[in-house]
Amino acid sequence: MIRILRQIARTGLVSEAAPPPDEALRARAPEIQAEILALLGRALAIRQVDAGSCNGCELEIHALNNPYYNLEGLGIRFVASPRHADMLLVTGPVAKNMEPALRIAWEATPDPKLVVAVGDCGCTGGIFGESYASCGKVANVIPVDVTVPGCPPTPLAILQGILTAVTARAAGG
Amino acid sequence: MRIPGLNLQWKALPGEAPAAIAAVGEWQWTEAARLVREGGGRLVALWGADHRDLAEDEDEYSVYAAYAVKDGLAVVELLVPDSAPAFPDLSGLFPAAGRMQRALFDLLGIGAAGAADTRPWLRHGAWPEGAFPLRRDFDAAKLPPNAFTDYPFVRVEGDGVHEIPVGPIHAGTIEPGHFRFSIVGEKVLRLEARLGYVHKGIDKRFEAFTVAEGFRLAGRVSGDSTVAFAWAYAQAAESLLGVVPPPRARWLRAMFLERERVANHLGDLGALGNDAAFGFALAQFMRIKEDWLRENAAVFGHRMLMDLVVPGGVARAFDAAQAEAMIATSHAVEREARELRAIFDEHAGLQDRFLTTGRATPELARALGLTGLAGRASGQACDLRVDFPAVPYGELAVRKAGSAAGDVAARVAVRFDELLESLRLVRAIALAAPDGELAEELPAPRPQAFGVGWVEGWRGEAFVALEAGEGGMIRRCHAHDPSWQNWPVIEHAVIGNIVPDFPLINKSFNLSYSGQDG
Repeated sequence: MIRILRQIARTGLVSEAAPPPDEALRARAPEIQAEILALLGRALAIRQVDAGSCNGCELEIHALNNPYYNLEGLGIRFVASPRHADMLLVTGPVAKNMEPALRIAWEATPDPKLVVAVGDCGCTGGIFGESYASCGKVANVIPVDVTVPGCPPTPLAILQGILTAVTARAAGG
Repeated sequence: MRIPGLNLQWKALPGEAPAAIAAVGEWQWTEAARLVREGGGRLVALWGADHRDLAEDEDEYSVYAAYAVKDGLAVVELLVPDSAPAFPDLSGLFPAAGRMQRALFDLLGIGAAGAADTRPWLRHGAWPEGAFPLRRDFDAAKLPPNAFTDYPFVRVEGDGVHEIPVGPIHAGTIEPGHFRFSIVGEKVLRLEARLGYVHKGIDKRFEAFTVAEGFRLAGRVSGDSTVAFAWAYAQAAESLLGVVPPPRARWLRAMFLERERVANHLGDLGALGNDAAFGFALAQFMRIKEDWLRENAAVFGHRMLMDLVVPGGVARAFDAAQAEAMIATSHAVEREARELRAIFDEHAGLQDRFLTTGRATPELARALGLTGLAGRASGQACDLRVDFPAVPYGELAVRKAGSAAGDVAARVAVRFDELLESLRLVRAIALAAPDGELAEELPAPRPQAFGVGWVEGWRGEAFVALEAGEGGMIRRCHAHDPSWQNWPVIEHAVIGNIVPDFPLINKSFNLSYSGQDG
């Protein structure tokens, strides 16, 4: 036990400041009222869905949960069920074999809901494109609010995309 | 004599991978598999190609099997006529062949004659029965709408037995796949996985790239193994082009590969602690991993080192100051890893969860062909960096990790050993990498030129077979992830364990869904 405590003390606090939102990432006009967004922004539950990614984006979403980014300190947490989620964080081109599961997850997420597409594949289909096995970008299957390009995007870029989606400032137009 | 006892005309394939190819007839196809099995060899990959447009008399497909034998990689090619598109089943000799054969049929329409299990594997309904995407006359524009099909899982009957269906979307941030547990009380009687959910048509997609460009797609077969696959692809491309990368590039590739191994092992060790309710381990290891990835970005321009290994060489290098920084970081990470290992070893609760959990005995591992890191933790002492060292591994004298225990604890221990060894290798490469050019110029590929690549990634062997087409394009590229071999072993390793230990067991193997699904 003493070793664990010593290691914790030695490590100290490593958390860094969160990035500001970036309006350029917004893919469509917000449908959610400003006051709801203000509420969500303080306690956001995210369900991550890998719809066909190479797993690179998942690694950076894992990294987003490391102590540097202090996600829970911002009120953001990842949940196990879409029924508990305010936001779907979707990676990958949507593999046709995942298309039904992604639609079911989206329908199971209570309204009002947000969708953030993560990575070049989620934004455009990326290197995999559209094919017999791939529907291409996430917006081809479900409505997308914010896109985060990158292959894979850094944890900071993903966090910026999430924060952009819940920023009340631009909400309501 | 690649396969003793069988008189074949071997043609050596030039390049880094110690490989040769031979044509076989139907009888020799089975006999080769039997002799490799008896000689202690392994099945590395199985795939096929449509060569009907090239055949001189009867239209033909090729089916290939790549075996790891004593002197390297033995690839056998069987020609299969269009009139009877089938080949003798190998799953009786190599159980891992079963799913590869089912995938081969789904994509190319060539079946394994005599195979017991002929259920679709990658075809879930996105393309109809009778349509085969890897055939050259396949037309994606004419496909009917996506029609997801049910899958006939094997049912376990009896008093008190019930099923738990899990997935494709799992509770955490992990890739999708479906697991069907048959349990009694908390005890797992049977697990059957259905994978293929993230099949995005990678093999077919390669046909849209040139041989020189294909490394980007290869680097996204499984993102966590981007260096291993890009390197295997580069080996295959260099083999068919007759190009030898400059010495500095070869040392840099090893630097990238070892840094990838360190990053993945750090992440897995944290996640394994977390899956045994030791959140401290996740916070600590993920912090160290973040430092490591930030150094990747600072020195090489990409946190995960994507697109740095290119056919002919590498895209980035380091200078003397960066070498010193990497050596210092590597020492710092080693100190922390040793401290955390001591904490793991002293933690009774953690050891109670790790020890004897999810055991794959050496006998089971040998029978099913368990490979890579998980194989080494189950007494299968194979590591390409030691067994067939490419430059610079011969000079670096890698120490092979291993255990015969085959449980979660063994897979944790092998990760710690390999983490420390890779940190040593990073320092050795930073000190000894020679100066010189980063890449060779690439000539135009000759149509139908063929090459292979074979690299020991952090998970296991990444294998790539590449065939050039007209105008510098890729005609056929097959990328094989070691997860193909290891997924079926998890189904055995969980038997008799309790359901709540499944996430821990699964994480201890940490297999790729994307790599297997393709």
